[in-house]
Formats: sequence, C-alpha cells, structure tokens
Amino acid sequence: MIGFLFKGLLRDRSRSLFPVLVVVAGVMLTVFMEAWISGENHEFIRASAAFQTGHVKVTTRAYAAKADEMPNDLAIEGLGQLLSELRQEFPQMVWTPRIRFGGLLDVPDSLGETRTQGPVGGMAVDLLSDSSPELKLLNLEPSIVQGRMPHAPGELIVSDDLARKLKIGPGDRVTLFGSTMYGSMATANFTVAGTIRFGITALDRGMIIADVADIQAALDMDDAAGEVVGFFRNGQYNDRQAQRVTKTFNGKYAGSDDQFAPVMAALPDQGGLRQVLVLHGFSLGLIITVFLTAMSLVLWNAGLMGSLRRYGEFGVRLAIGERKAHLYRTLVAESVMVGIIGTALGTAVGLAVSYWFQVHGLNVASMMKGSSAMYSSVLRPYVTPACWVIGLIPGLGATVVGAMISGATVFRRQTATLIKELEL
Amino acid sequence: MQKSKCGGQNDRSVTLSAVEGSLSLALGLCLSLSLCLASEAPSGDEILRKVDANNYADTRVAVSQMVIHLTRASRTVKAKSWIEGENKSFTSFLYPPRDAGTKMLKLKDELWMYTPETDRTIMISGHMLRQSVMGSDLSYEDMMEDHKLIDQYSSKVTGDDTVLGRKCWVLELTAKEPDVNYHSCRVWVDKERYVPMRENRYAKSGTLLKTTEVKNVSQHQGRWVPDRVTFKDALKSGEGTEFILDSIRFNVQIPDYMFSKAALKK
Repeated sequence: MIGFLFKGLLRDRSRSLFPVLVVVAGVMLTVFMEAWISGENHEFIRASAAFQTGHVKVTTRAYAAKADEMPNDLAIEGLGQLLSELRQEFPQMVWTPRIRFGGLLDVPDSLGETRTQGPVGGMAVDLLSDSSPELKLLNLEPSIVQGRMPHAPGELIVSDDLARKLKIGPGDRVTLFGSTMYGSMATANFTVAGTIRFGITALDRGMIIADVADIQAALDMDDAAGEVVGFFRNGQYNDRQAQRVTKTFNGKYAGSDDQFAPVMAALPDQGGLRQVLVLHGFSLGLIITVFLTAMSLVLWNAGLMGSLRRYGEFGVRLAIGERKAHLYRTLVAESVMVGIIGTALGTAVGLAVSYWFQVHGLNVASMMKGSSAMYSSVLRPYVTPACWVIGLIPGLGATVVGAMISGATVFRRQTATLIKELEL
Repeated sequence: MQKSKCGGQNDRSVTLSAVEGSLSLALGLCLSLSLCLASEAPSGDEILRKVDANNYADTRVAVSQMVIHLTRASRTVKAKSWIEGENKSFTSFLYPPRDAGTKMLKLKDELWMYTPETDRTIMISGHMLRQSVMGSDLSYEDMMEDHKLIDQYSSKVTGDDTVLGRKCWVLELTAKEPDVNYHSCRVWVDKERYVPMRENRYAKSGTLLKTTEVKNVSQHQGRWVPDRVTFKDALKSGEGTEFILDSIRFNVQIPDYMFSKAALKK
C-alpha cells in the first residue's frame, strides 16, 4: 500500500510537490537557525576560553580577586614547579602560562625619539617552544595579515588595526613601555614580526602578542606568570570534568590562608561568565523555541489546508465504498511520507548552507565598532548533532499532526449531499 | 619643580620634585614666620601666596629616596634631581640597579623618559600620565604639576588643627579651572613655617584621591623643608609611599644642557 500511495503522491503534484517544498523550506530554516544559534554560543565559549579564561585557569588568590586589573604584582611565583605539578596531576589537559599586561607601544623616529605611540593591551604566550599549544589555541597563524609569526626572541605581533593606526609594519622596531611585576618602569625593544586580525573587535583595536619569555624578562617576572590556563586535549569544554579538576586542585590548598596560594577556576566561574552563559543559553533557547513553534504552525497549517482541499475527494472515495478508517490511515500515511521526504531534503539543504557559512563565516566587523565583548566579528553557524534531527519536529511532527487533525473530518463526512457538492 | 603640598598643584612631584616642592613651601613659610606670629588668621589667598612665594627657588638640586610598599615587599628607589624654576626638571635614577641610569626630563608640559636598556627617549603622554611612577603612589601627572597654588585654586580658611605637634590652618581649596588635576583639596598649613603638613586631594565627585602627610620638617640653607613625607593613593590598598629627602641645595648653578633631550643619553 505504501508503494501505491507513493505513486499517487508522485503523480498528483498538488499532493506532493507543494507540500514537500513547504516542508523543505521550513525544515531548512529550522536547521539553519539551530546551527546559527549554536554557532553564536560555541563561538562565545571558544573565544572566551582561548583568549580569556582557558577551560580552567590557575592564578593566585590575590590575582583572581583583581583579575580585571591585570595585577602582575600579584602573579604566580614558582611557575616552573606549578606547571610541572599541573602536567603531572592533570595530564588530560594542556597547561600553558600567560601574562596579561597593559602599556604603551612607542614608535621611534630616526633619532630614537617618540614618533607616535598608543596604549596597548598585551598577552604574552608561549610562541617559540616546539611543544606550545598556543598557536593552535589562538588560531594565530591563519590570522596573520602581514608578515609572519615571531620566530625568535624580541619579536612580537601587533593587531592589524593598531599597526595601521601607528603606521608600522613587519620589520619595524617598537618599544614597549609598562610596569614590572615590582612596580618599576619596564621598557623593552621589539621588532614587529607581523600583524594579525583576531576577528574579535575588542582585541583587534589594540592588542599585541609576544613570547612569554620576552615579557617575563621585560616585566621582571622571572619564573612568574599572571596565570596558567588549561585546555582539554580534545578542545571541547566539559563542565563536569572541569569542575572535578578544579575541586581536586583547590582541595590541596584549602587549609592555607596565603593570599598568594594558587587557586583554580573553571571557565564559567570567571568574570561572571556562568551567569552570562545561563542567560545566553536561556535567550537562545527561547529564540529557537519561538522559531520552532512558528515553523511548526506554518507546516501544520499547510497540512490542514492540504487535507481540506481534498474534501471533495474524500466524499467520492467514501461514496465508492472506501472505509473511513482506511481513508484516514492513508491520509496520515501520505503526510508521513511527505514529512519524511521534506524533512530529509530540508535537513540536507539546511546542513549544506550551515556548513558553507561555518567554513566561510559572515563578516559583521563594520557593525561591531567599539564593541568590547569577546564576540567574533565573523559570525559562523556551528553544526551540532541537534541540527541533524531538529527538523523532524516541524517537518514530520507538525505535518503529520496537521494531517491527523484535519483528517478527522473524514469521520464526519456524509455522502448524501455529495452530488450536490460536486454539482453533478 | 614644584612642591608637594598644596593641593592640586604642587604635589604632584614624586621624587625630588615632590620634596622640593615641599621644601620651597617650607622656605616660604620661614620667611613669613614673623608675620604670621601676629595671630590673626590671614585669608586663604594670603596663606597661599606665602606658601607659593616660598615654594620656589631659582634652582634646586636634591637627592631623595622613595620607599614603595608593594603587596609582596617594599623597595627603595633613589634619585637625584636638578630643578630650575617651575618648568624644568631633570631626574636621574640611581638605585636599584635595574632602574639606575633611567632619566626623566620635564620641559613645561612635556615629560620625556630615557632608559639605557632600550636606548630610547620616550614621551610620556595620554593615559600613561596617570600611571604610577615606579610603582609608587604618585603619578607622572603628579610629577608634572608645577603651577602656583594661588593661580590654580580659590581658597578659604575653615579652621585650626594640630599636625605633628604644629599648629595649622585648615584651608579648603577649589580649582579655578577644570583642567587642574585635583578639583579640590583640604590642606593643613603650619602657621609659623607655612609648610603644608597634611593634604587631602579630591575628585570633582568628592572622592578622596590622594593624601600627603609630612612626617618631619628640617631646615636647609635657612629654609624649612619637609624631608619625610608619606604619599598615599586613596584608591589603592597599601601603606603608601614614603619620600625621604637625603640632601638638597638651593640656588646652585645648573648648566643649560641639563634640561635638553640630549642630556638624557649622557
């Protein structure tokens, strides 16, 4: 019977083509919306982890209390020993030191006096060691606009926007002016190896990245760093595991009241990110629910309309002896076929479009001038497992439910007035 | 250079500058000592004029230390300063070894810094002027301030008090122009020596920004000079920065080249 019904659908385009097209369009939009919203959430977590929080972060207690001020005078001392312990105790994570700092980037003229200068935010990461995970974590090499990555001590990379503002480029000498860990004046000369665009407006405005050893020397931070960040080796944040690692580590120092004792915090527990993520998730959930409901109503309505349009056909089929229950079952079966075909096609198209945008992105930098949020200026959907099945709700569920409700009229259908209805 | 005292203006100097400012004030105080004994409280402007009049020498050369209390430890910075009038000063840091050889030159509203490790002459400007100098409780902006109090602030005497065993007038100063570093100040001025013994500096909102407390005053070449002062950034935790004046000489000959950028590299 399935084959019979399927042939009927193919031969009567009013029962197949239009309903399938409606379902395809609805499902495609649903899949794309799910991927888009997941992409926003995924990018926010990725960018926050990569540039700010790590999946977990170790600082001193005093530093954690003033983290927004980049208080390097409260940095971790005995960095080598701490890193060794972390790598031994938590081998499931990659550990790397970072130093955040602020200062002035000064560009000399031919006499060595200030030609131009600008305030910068800096991040010192392990750029030069072979085993460094930072290049991949921060996606640095693909983000180079001019020049290259630093290959030797004394080189740094500058955000492309800042480089244009200061009129500097690869090969130019600059001087970093800031404060040492002990409050003294810190100055150090660097060569610009390249310029970079992070795709995050807050960073692209005035960021420099240098090797952590260079900055340790410049800021008098021998065997010290502001923070040590840890990332799960698969690159995906896992809150349950992160909380377990955090609890184990912090438990070792629970009995100490030393303000310089190390303390670990998981990604959501830094800078109020947990509340942000909860609100973010709630908002995104609300958006997808509203969209899904609207899409379901549209497809449900399409199912209703399709069934009502066939009111006359039902009368004739009943008049020639088809039982109402059988008629109802065929109607529902047809909607299931339309729903499955439409959902499959819509999901395929939706996934294809989502993947394309996931790879190429949508640059909205011009709309984010002045933003300080850790959001990428290149928006990308992110295809999750949910994208593969979410189309079933509006595509199959709503279509079939619509057909079932409208098909109920079959049981109230009378054939006594059929001739008059058909105006025969 | 300026002094440290008054509110807004003088005290913005750190190292020597700060000291010298205070010294000058003390000098002025001395001069007016006899007059002041007269008893009747002079007006705020009269007091400021006397403070200003004694706050500046033609030239000064001073060696001073700053003891900076950090969260983890304390450290001492030693420097020698050459100051001419209100607009020129040259400071060479002597200690600790990491900072030795670093030099600062102030020419009117410009502040230049030279560090031997980079062999660069860098202009300090913009938001950097509000940064701490050598981790102390004083900012570069504080160091730059060198105008006379009477030009920057309107004043009134609001009472009497005793600081460090010295009888003082309490003055309320309010900035005459919006570009003054501190919108208002409360200053305790020694009635006999005309040395500002204590100073609280406020933002326009009324927030206390900086405090200055003189711990000791001594005579140098007949002038009363605060030689131990504690500066405190009220927005930072910590014990503040102690300023200790090791030596000071007034009206000495300073060669012109000292106040040139070329001198920074010598």
